[in-house]
Amino acid sequence: MYFPTYSHRSDPFALMRSMLRDFDTFGPSRTRQPVFPAVNIWQGDDAVAITAELPGVDSSDLEVSVNDNVLTISGRRTAPDAEDEAVWHRRERTHGEFSRSIRLPFEAEDDKVEARLQNGVLRVVVGMPEAQKPRRIAIKAA
Amino acid sequence: MAKDVTKSDKREADMPETTHGGRVFRPLADIVETGDGVQLMLEMPGVAPDDLEVTLENRVLTIRGRVHATAPEKLELVHAEYGEGDFERTFTMSDDFDPEKIEAALSDGVLTLTLPRAEAAKPRKIEVKAA
Repeated sequence: MYFPTYSHRSDPFALMRSMLRDFDTFGPSRTRQPVFPAVNIWQGDDAVAITAELPGVDSSDLEVSVNDNVLTISGRRTAPDAEDEAVWHRRERTHGEFSRSIRLPFEAEDDKVEARLQNGVLRVVVGMPEAQKPRRIAIKAA
Repeated sequence: MAKDVTKSDKREADMPETTHGGRVFRPLADIVETGDGVQLMLEMPGVAPDDLEVTLENRVLTIRGRVHATAPEKLELVHAEYGEGDFERTFTMSDDFDPEKIEAALSDGVLTLTLPRAEAAKPRKIEVKAA
């Protein structure tokens, strides 16, 4: 393996980071296609939020659905079109249909789900229904 | 939902560290060249039009986008598959493009830059005179 001489002399860890990155490409996580979209999950006492980066997805091509405790994000990314004689120098972005399901820690009610797509970032907030919130049990003295 | 981190396609940029300690990512790009010029499409989710900066200086095209962290109120991050940070990427352009004529459009987190070729840089046919 060949490592280029690093130009950032001021950063002693630059070479190490670049080596680790190269090893990453051989790891098991790289042999399969990365899951799309990647999600971040946020949890609180009475709600769960799921955020995902969906650049290039129009809100009309995106579907967010909830079935019991499973949230599904699905949609389509369309490939950019260009003239026939156009030359592609780089094609790093991916296109096509995608679908991902996430299990929620509780059963969601339709009116407690809110989805918002802004600047290519989807944010879904699922509120916990009152009936499923933990209740405090009063302890009776014997 | 356990606290773990899995890999996504998003990669950090090969750049010197930032002073504020934030991460800088490299936006994925599609670049297409036609007879009229070059078009770049870069994925920059989370960047608002006001937080975008595009410069062309000495043939170096720099694209920077600031991302404001999306932390929902009162909630704690329990599972992370992608990192958040600013976007930055530079390209060395082969031809002379006019910085005044660059068109930038941002929609759904994708920046589309259209660089028309300068008139002088368009190929001209040179007539060869017979001696």
